Amino acid sequence: MKKCFTCIVCPLGCDLEVTLENDKVVSVTGNTCPRGKVYAETECTSPTRTITSTIKCEDGSLVCVKTDRPIAKDKIFECMKIINAKKACLPINIGDVIIEDVFGANIVATSNAK
Amino acid sequence: MTDLVIIGGGPAGMSAAVAAYESGIKDILILERDSSLGGILQQCIHNGFGLHKFKEELTGPEYAWKYEKRVRELNIPFKLNTMVLDISKDKVITATNEDEGIIKIEAKAIILAMGCRERPKGALNIAGTRPAGIFSAGTAQKFVNMKGYMPGKEVVILGSGDIGLIMARRMTLEGARVKAVCELMPYSGGLARNIQQCLNDFDIPLKLSHTVVEIHGKERLEGVTIAKVDENRRPIEETKEFIKCDTLLLSVGLIPENELTLSAGIGLDRITNGAKVDQGRQTEIEGIFACGNVLHVHDLVDFVSEEAEIAGISAADYILGKSKEKVNVTLKTDGKIRYTVPQIITENKDCKVYFRVADVYKNCKVKVLKDGEEVYSKKKVKVAPGEMETVTVTKDMILGAKELEFMLEV
Repeated sequence: MKKCFTCIVCPLGCDLEVTLENDKVVSVTGNTCPRGKVYAETECTSPTRTITSTIKCEDGSLVCVKTDRPIAKDKIFECMKIINAKKACLPINIGDVIIEDVFGANIVATSNAK
Repeated sequence: MTDLVIIGGGPAGMSAAVAAYESGIKDILILERDSSLGGILQQCIHNGFGLHKFKEELTGPEYAWKYEKRVRELNIPFKLNTMVLDISKDKVITATNEDEGIIKIEAKAIILAMGCRERPKGALNIAGTRPAGIFSAGTAQKFVNMKGYMPGKEVVILGSGDIGLIMARRMTLEGARVKAVCELMPYSGGLARNIQQCLNDFDIPLKLSHTVVEIHGKERLEGVTIAKVDENRRPIEETKEFIKCDTLLLSVGLIPENELTLSAGIGLDRITNGAKVDQGRQTEIEGIFACGNVLHVHDLVDFVSEEAEIAGISAADYILGKSKEKVNVTLKTDGKIRYTVPQIITENKDCKVYFRVADVYKNCKVKVLKDGEEVYSKKKVKVAPGEMETVTVTKDMILGAKELEFMLEV
């Protein structure tokens, strides 16, 4: 079986073609770099995404956050629920962990807030 | 007298400031109208920035912070909440802020880094009423990401530029239903990766060759009528379709913000809507430089930073009076290539030329002709208007040339 999709690793957006046999990846073509091959393999077996959003701080302002590694694609909306239920304590510096271990990733700050 | 004044404290302005400082100019002032440095990156909370520049994937605020930190470490002065009102030909800047009232600053050199703004609804001529619920995609982005307000629940997006695609995902993540993204052209103006991760991931339909032909609703938007367009981009009557929605986001292009450029009497390139510049990003007026989205709209902030460094270094060279081997080469295009930046080469050294094509072309060749004779040719599998291309013009190609023509052989 063949699957075609666009690589999302970088802005090049290569058109990848993956050949699968018994749900196993046997070949990847169309990628310009090795990261594209890794992406194609994960995308076919257990797709993941990095989530970015905002969290409310105690004073009502917002701080920007991201998952520090990609999480399973089918957990995106559950992850958003956890993010939106949180209130963050000030001050916050870029890189601070705001919520630990959400589907295997930490939610970390990507902006500063005083 | 200030050595170098930079107008705009976004990615272009900060990057230019750091580059000028590192090239020996310490007397710099950045003027920024917002209450913080960083420009539009502050509201671009998604990731994907910095892969070229820093070899890591950053969010907008993280990318901006890398430069802001550097500006602060170098103690480069900046004034926030300061709006520049006018620039004169002889490099006097009139600006205003709450603390100082009207201020006048004389500069040896100026770098224009004002960025761009979104094409508004008024530029589109859509029929129907004018209810609440119609936003430019960037305005909606500011509401959601910086203020914490959701503009609506059921959304249609017109235009498939990157900001529109990013907002389709963002609104979906925050609980809205994005019913369709309509694109007038037969191809998307956004990056392929954004179509994948912002639309396909959430089963949001991308309707190519479609546009919004009517707006419905009195107080609040109640829906839009969309239609397919023919090859002349005219709506086809029988394809009209009503979509119920309370929000319409417009992502229909960006316009460089050049009011100040014009007030200084600097001519604009008809295609880029930015100043005409040489390889150092110097405009028609000696000592006034331009870089970033005010010069031509970029797809990636990494390239904005790169271009701003060029402007910063050449502004420093200008102030320090460094001499250069002078030439005068005009860059021309064939129409399939819409524009080049720079538009003129005045110094004999290798020069990276940025350009954009007019349409999607497959299996084509990018060629450079030196006074009619081919000096460069490179095969391309695919080129598209949404993705900026580059060719490095070497000293050999420049030497003795009057004109370099950039063309696409299809």
